[in-house]
Amino acid sequence: MAIRVQEEDFDIGAEIKALTLGRTEIGGVASFIGLVRDFVDPGAGQESTAIRGMTLEHYPGMTEKMLSRIEDEANRRWPLDATLIIHRVGALAPGDNIVLVVCAAAHREDALQACSFLIDWLKTQAPFWKSERTATGEKWVKAKQSDDVLAARWEKT
Amino acid sequence: MKLLYFAWLRTRIGRAEEEVDPPADVATVEDLLRWLQGRGAGYAEALARPDLVRVAVNQEFAARDAPVASNDEVALFPPVTGG
Repeated sequence: MAIRVQEEDFDIGAEIKALTLGRTEIGGVASFIGLVRDFVDPGAGQESTAIRGMTLEHYPGMTEKMLSRIEDEANRRWPLDATLIIHRVGALAPGDNIVLVVCAAAHREDALQACSFLIDWLKTQAPFWKSERTATGEKWVKAKQSDDVLAARWEKT
Repeated sequence: MKLLYFAWLRTRIGRAEEEVDPPADVATVEDLLRWLQGRGAGYAEALARPDLVRVAVNQEFAARDAPVASNDEVALFPPVTGG
């Protein structure tokens, strides 16, 4: 179980290797890596706009608290051997890594489901905000309703 | 009471944080948002669409009827967009 919020980039291979080192009970590792896209999603019938850069802001303290809570919830729902969430903040360029979620378990289905759950809940509950820089200026990214729908899949009825 | 502002609430209000001393009749998140709207043009503009404002009291998401007290840390921010 580990949470990191940092400005520096991360090495995906090294992180996964460190997580699984000597842990021969692990049978599967699932990961999600979020990257900075170089375009703004166009509206219907519109041209897409090129993104020159992105800045990520967060709420220090609450961010770590929410990420830990989401990670705890994943560990309650699935039998996981290891989990890792790294989220970058500060100035990022297209192609840069933003977020890494890794889940390791004895069996692949637990690892895959937990990974999907973690990124869905992180997107709707962890206090991060993106602003995108285009040729016409800098703009705060609007929350997507589709992200709420994806997160709601994991609500317990 | 310590107030924190993030993303476009921070840029519109023009500061990241401040200490405030709201009147005694400010008892809930809703009351606090209404009181803040009257503090100046930046506040009125930032809070013109209260449906786009999320609130955390002491780093926990809080509903509009949640209580606020003088020693609380209250954060105002738009819906989150990380990941």
